[in-house]
Amino acid sequence: MSSPADPGSDEAVFAFRDVEVRFGEAVILTGIELEVAARGITVVVGPSGSGKSTLTRLTNRLLDPTRGTVSFHGTDLRALDVLDLRRRVGMVFQRPTVFAGSVRDNLAATGVEDEDTYKEALDAVGLPSTVLGQVAATLSGGEAQRVCLARTLLMRPEALVADEPTSSLDHESTLALEGLARGLADGGVPILWVTHDRAQVERVADARVVLEDGRVVDR
Amino acid sequence: MSGPVELLGAVASGLLVVVAIGISWWAGLHLERELITAALRAAAQLAILGLVLVAILTPGQPLALSWLWVAVMIVFAGWTVQRRVPDVRRIWLLSMAAFSASAVVTLGILFGARVFPVDSSTVVPLAGLMIGNSMTATVLVARRTTAEFHDKRLEIEARLALGQPSSQAAAPYLREALRTALIPQVETTKAVGIVFLPGMMVGLLLAGVTPLDAVQAQLVIMYLVLGSVAVTTSVIALGLRRILFTPAHQLRLPGKE
Repeated sequence: MSSPADPGSDEAVFAFRDVEVRFGEAVILTGIELEVAARGITVVVGPSGSGKSTLTRLTNRLLDPTRGTVSFHGTDLRALDVLDLRRRVGMVFQRPTVFAGSVRDNLAATGVEDEDTYKEALDAVGLPSTVLGQVAATLSGGEAQRVCLARTLLMRPEALVADEPTSSLDHESTLALEGLARGLADGGVPILWVTHDRAQVERVADARVVLEDGRVVDR
Repeated sequence: MSGPVELLGAVASGLLVVVAIGISWWAGLHLERELITAALRAAAQLAILGLVLVAILTPGQPLALSWLWVAVMIVFAGWTVQRRVPDVRRIWLLSMAAFSASAVVTLGILFGARVFPVDSSTVVPLAGLMIGNSMTATVLVARRTTAEFHDKRLEIEARLALGQPSSQAAAPYLREALRTALIPQVETTKAVGIVFLPGMMVGLLLAGVTPLDAVQAQLVIMYLVLGSVAVTTSVIALGLRRILFTPAHQLRLPGKE
């Protein structure tokens, strides 16, 4: 395992500087100083309630920090167009979140309207193009999460943030998704991957950050 | 008192409230106090309304007095909506904007097309009907929208994460909330005359107006209510979108974060 990029280096895709997040009186994250390498898979590991999901939501401004800054390739996120940022930073959520309608409708939600591109994206996540017309709600958990990943990949993101993407999947689907992530990372898309599963860290991490009680406690 | 109902008759109708209280006591509903409060409050509010209307409708009074009373009704309606939807801050302001928009559209069409003359005897009753009948739908759409956003939070954030602006990400869920709020009024409009006789029409018939004239007036009122419900609920739904999302297209639900 290699270390995350050095602080201040251009090699960081995300940089967190003195980040704090509070919801009312509750402190969710505090004193976060973190760089996410611009290549490979950086895994943030920690127990439930350690602030991992909150950390991911800061990367595409679904949430803003109460204090401190988060930057993307050296630019403060607040200086970027937020809608453009979200297309550059793809996100896969903990639970497969498919929308009502068919798989095609789900892929069309990205604004991309090209059938061949849909087929390529499905192929990239190991799904046959025949699922395009299938009602998304009838997919298995593993298939649905793959559709979510395909939906995200359609935007050709520069980085991928995955918030415990395998937590609701069986072992086989988990390994398949990890393999897909490895392929993406090797193809040049840096990944910030959040998990509470120590064994998964060993399987996927190029770099590792341990979060506990809203603080980085180990790297 | 001259009119369709003598004062003694109005008092006698209070026996029906006693019947309702008796049923509540017999069935152990524990609604006796609520029923008494509701009945007394309705009587007091209608008595005040009667006095205000006497003052407003007295010949020679300026029309501005009527519009002033409409403004008071809108403020009170906004306050009522806020009480019923306490989770959403500033909903009172939004509700006032919704009722005002509805007043402009619906009364604008009725007065503009000369369906009714613009005078003291029409402004206050029509505005009252419009606001009163839109209130339930307004509360419903506000509650439904916040509930829908809570339930579908993950989906909405997944849409936002795809780079959709908040207007687009919220659209399917706002549509659902609006449908839920509008359907009862559409059903009421469909059933009128067959399943029930609206209160205003009954009032006109009791006041001695011919059935055809009563039907004609009632039809206009039903359309007025349908239009006003559509306008108020749309303004509320669109306004809630502005309240529940930040300018950076972040979902901010009441009670969360």
